Amino acid sequence: MTETAPAPAGAAAAPVVLAADHVTKQFRVAGGKLTAVDDVSVEFREGQVLAVVGESGSGKSTLARMLLRLLPVTSGAVLYRGRDITRIKGADLRRYWHDVQAVFQDPFASFNQFFTVGHMLRRSLQTADLGGETAEQRIERCLGYVGLKPEDAVYKYPHQLSGGQRQRVMITRALLVDPKVLVADEATSMLDASLRVSVLNVLQDLRRDLGLTVLFITHDIGQACYFADQVVVMEHGQVVEHGPTDDVIFNPQHSYTKRLLADVPNLKGSLKSQRLG
Amino acid sequence: MSEKILMRATNVTAVYAGEEGADVPAVDNVTLEVPEGEILGLAGESGCGKSTLGNALAMIANPPLYVLGGQMEIDGQSIGLTTLGKSANARHRPYRGQVVSMLPQGAMNAISPTLRIRRLVCDVVHAHHKDMPRSEILDRASDRLDMLGMPKRVLDQYAHQLSGGMKQRMVTVISTLLDPHLLIADEPTSALDVSSQKQLIEMLLAMVEAKIMRGVIFITHDLPVLSMVTDRLAIMYAGKIVETGRTEDLVHQARHPYTSALLAAVLDPTEATRTKHVLGIPGAPPNLGHPPTGCRFHPRCAFVKPRCSAAEPAFRDEDGHLVACWWAEANPGVTVPVEVNLA
Ligand SMILES: Nc1ncnc2c1ncn2[C@@H]1O[C@H](COP(=O)(O)OP(=O)(O)O)[C@@H](O)[C@H]1O
Ligand SMILES: Nc1ncnc2c1ncn2[C@@H]1O[C@H](COP(=O)(O)OP(=O)(O)O)[C@@H](O)[C@H]1O
Ligand code: SF4
Ligand SMILES: [Mg+2]
Ligand SMILES: [Mg+2]
Repeated sequence: MTETAPAPAGAAAAPVVLAADHVTKQFRVAGGKLTAVDDVSVEFREGQVLAVVGESGSGKSTLARMLLRLLPVTSGAVLYRGRDITRIKGADLRRYWHDVQAVFQDPFASFNQFFTVGHMLRRSLQTADLGGETAEQRIERCLGYVGLKPEDAVYKYPHQLSGGQRQRVMITRALLVDPKVLVADEATSMLDASLRVSVLNVLQDLRRDLGLTVLFITHDIGQACYFADQVVVMEHGQVVEHGPTDDVIFNPQHSYTKRLLADVPNLKGSLKSQRLG
Repeated sequence: MSEKILMRATNVTAVYAGEEGADVPAVDNVTLEVPEGEILGLAGESGCGKSTLGNALAMIANPPLYVLGGQMEIDGQSIGLTTLGKSANARHRPYRGQVVSMLPQGAMNAISPTLRIRRLVCDVVHAHHKDMPRSEILDRASDRLDMLGMPKRVLDQYAHQLSGGMKQRMVTVISTLLDPHLLIADEPTSALDVSSQKQLIEMLLAMVEAKIMRGVIFITHDLPVLSMVTDRLAIMYAGKIVETGRTEDLVHQARHPYTSALLAAVLDPTEATRTKHVLGIPGAPPNLGHPPTGCRFHPRCAFVKPRCSAAEPAFRDEDGHLVACWWAEANPGVTVPVEVNLA
């Protein structure tokens, strides 16, 4: 679809919002050091969906946490709109955390079971600049982006929502503070296929309507195929392939990407009949 | 084609007992069969009752889950599945693990990381054969690993030393050491990377070829995985099977609108995925305590007609492809047009 895959020329023209510049992360572990992210450089361009794919343990979440400034880098730099934010603190860092929002895998984990969704959303707005809107108006507007009405969510407790609704509420919470970048780390992995696709549609709409830049982290290359503009493939902490989605998925160059694609189950074939020859 | 049926379960009903009689019938009058040597996939959105049905068939239901009814014919034996009555547990015990073996969801995470695999193997077998010598059990296990092309040294390792994929393959081998007639595997691939998924699937196929077990029920919501490994599929919605038949027929000629919607939502890395826009199924699955009247899918169905909420559609048998849907009834042999799920 042309609207999900802008022409390379347009892609190149969009300014770089967020970038990792030779970022490395080492963890101290029993018996030595583990390099979870190894000299990674990637650029995220405004209004694009960039997917980071790779098997579990390849360093995707560690990279995301460094970009989110939730984890210090061992070396390298994180750049936001061209500015090195690797070591910013205080009000600067809080502003960065407004601009760059995260949605994680298990929406249950980040919900306090004793508060209503409305309570949780209002708390997220405490430090936000409402620019003339009331808190209720802002909440209603942001719920609208994810296809929820206030009555569907505001008075409900987390356990009264379905998995898909919970994940939409988490996206709403991220959107309340008017972010420029959304980092979604396996945000749809726990959802059934049909719910997953509706959440991906929401992210796609946000990109189109708000110009949001989406960093979509997944072990599932099929989801990247559905809606990413660019795909970054990670293996053992390193970026092994990076390019427009069509190139990476339909004309992979690196052997790891090829293997990853070859192993993805599909609806076309039965392994059983292949085995029987 | 006259296939031999390994297992036929009829009219299985299971409820979670709630407070003040508010029972949740999670499996409602389900009938299911597995032909000899085949793998049956059981699919449907989470919460539709797949694990509950698996537990009922494996005879491992525990309160608050009660199996109210159902009969299983397997290998010439007829077993009442109900867990009501004092003797049910004693009646079911001889079948567990040996006639029907359950590989529960998340089994690989349930193993203590500091347990040596050989110890686990012995514990599992001793639960059924108190007196079998350890040496005999371990010989059997290492022969089995050999046969499946897996390294025997795994037996000497601790669970935490194994990768997720290896652990899952090990628990699968262990749960079939007693050569059960039927293996029920609940979401065995859901927590694995694609490469480990493929290894597990290939191992399962090798086990069926080697007749280690004579049939498998493979539970997952992941249709691509099922389409690689199964001979047949049963699609479950809100406690009921709505469509069942040969895998290639369901995948390519879905007759039930729910099956079609699930298939449309599959995102595999293909050109088709790149260019399609899936609508997703509107609404959410029902609360099983208060299921919708008539066809339970009617509040979410693109083909809904007034009679859909008035009466429950019966199964229609089209050459072994069974479907329960009023639209299918009115359109015999017609594949659900996939376009209704796309924008
Ligand atoms: N806090 C930590 N301490 C030690 N090792 C870690 C820590 N966090 C992650 N790792 C290791 O770093 C590697 C990359 O992990 P992660 O970034 O979570 O990968 P992914 O998200 O791709 O699955 C893994 O080997 C993981 O075990
Ligand atoms: N322990 C329980 N107590 C009460 N109800 C339960 C319990 N476990 C499951 N249920 C109900 O049974 C339904 C089916 O659950 P389950 O068989 O686990 O579904 P699936 O395996 O398809 O995700 C759920 O929708 C839920 O309402
Ligand atoms: S019976 Fe009616 S509501 Fe149910 S799936 Fe068929 S057409 Fe849809
Ligand atoms: Mg991760
Ligand atoms: Mg389950």
